[in-house]
Amino acid sequence: MIKKVIEASEAVAIGAKLCKPDVIAVYPITPQTHIPEKIANFVYDGKMDCELVDVESEHSALSACQGAQAAGARTFTATASQGLALMHEVLFATSGLRLPVVMAVANRALSAPINIWNDHQDSISARDSGWIQFYVESAQEALDTMIMAFKVAENKDIMLPAMVCLDGFTLTHVYEPAQIPEQKEVDSFLPPYKPLFTLDPKKPLTMGPIGYPNSYMDFKLQQQQAMQKALTVIKQVQQEFLKRFKRTYGNGLIEAYKTKDADIAVVAMGTICSTTKDVVDELRKKGRKVGLIKIKTFRPFPEADILDATKNLKAIAVLDRNISLGQEGAVYSEIKAVLKDCKTRADSYIVGLGGRDVTPNTIKTAIDKTSKSKNPIKEWLMQ
Amino acid sequence: MSPKKQEKLPMDIGAVIKEPGSSIKNKTGSWRSLRPEVNRDQCIKCGICWQFCPDMSIKMDKKDGTAVIDYDYCKGCGICAMQCPVKCIKMVKEEK
Repeated sequence: MIKKVIEASEAVAIGAKLCKPDVIAVYPITPQTHIPEKIANFVYDGKMDCELVDVESEHSALSACQGAQAAGARTFTATASQGLALMHEVLFATSGLRLPVVMAVANRALSAPINIWNDHQDSISARDSGWIQFYVESAQEALDTMIMAFKVAENKDIMLPAMVCLDGFTLTHVYEPAQIPEQKEVDSFLPPYKPLFTLDPKKPLTMGPIGYPNSYMDFKLQQQQAMQKALTVIKQVQQEFLKRFKRTYGNGLIEAYKTKDADIAVVAMGTICSTTKDVVDELRKKGRKVGLIKIKTFRPFPEADILDATKNLKAIAVLDRNISLGQEGAVYSEIKAVLKDCKTRADSYIVGLGGRDVTPNTIKTAIDKTSKSKNPIKEWLMQ
Repeated sequence: MSPKKQEKLPMDIGAVIKEPGSSIKNKTGSWRSLRPEVNRDQCIKCGICWQFCPDMSIKMDKKDGTAVIDYDYCKGCGICAMQCPVKCIKMVKEEK
């Protein structure tokens, strides 16, 4: 095992390299570009044996991955923002066809106004597409989650595509020390991809037929059941990863940080969690009973784990780096639903849209407001 | 044929169909509201309708070479009638 200071984008590229995909089809978009750049370097230096396809759009990138995956290849792609929006219709086909493509999403705001900086609007808008969604907070977690994502997605009971979401710039362009696992360790953790069905001219079959009203819904139920099952498989894969590589991110679904005796907890996803951990440590030194619940897996949504982690809290401050315009933050909606029968109060704060910094002060403001209030809060923190 | 009478897909993961021939079983002619009728006396046997038919539902008769519609699969789109250079295909309302 080597320890190196690397950019998180490079960590994703190394993660992809270690998983030995057969085909990578990718189209560049800020802030994802460093991922395909690094992969292209690996391929042209002969360090990575894979077919790298330069396509003309993100719609084609995912379509190419889908076709290759259907032919039995392990595939990977990466995108962000408008690119993910352009892939939107293909997302549903990939999951419906049960092709376990893995994709890195360098989270970025959506136009208009045009903005290349970080928030979670892009992947949150793809929430219902049938993809597993992981949100990571560090280069190490990005690398490790790549390996786990392939293993979860390709599990024969799951067979669903997975997104590894990392905050654009705030994480993609940040250099951090990370441990790089040995190839042979990854090889024994992640066996070669075994497709359930393969497109083969010698043994023809049909993928993607019409599903009439008498069968379409049955296939959606199958997808939903696979998603529910993924809740268990993700935990198992994280356990197995911990045994082999000695690293864990909560239980793979959520990470409860100093919540056991806490009154107030922040709920967030992605890099905000790293900042929040510092804030929690600082406030605890002053005797405040605060904690953090990091949601690592947003789809499938870990309802039971969150309920278990939050039921004894007085209140929760949900920090949403997204907004479902006309309603509220997407994470807040979920938390509110989980807590419907509990005394725990959930407050909603919209933060950090379009790359606005979420500083320790932003987080402290949310915690203070939630601590002092007796009524539910719904606010945008504009600082 | 209403959707209720459609054959159910096999429940393999991802709706994969492992046996060939499902499109033969699925008689899409039931979707039709207008049916093309060929006046075979006027037909000049050019095969343009055969070329344009998106569902391969037109065959050229082996004996006299005129166009014959396969009503099991013709969805009644009317492209054949539109393309026919001598206008010998008429679209007629389907009535029960």
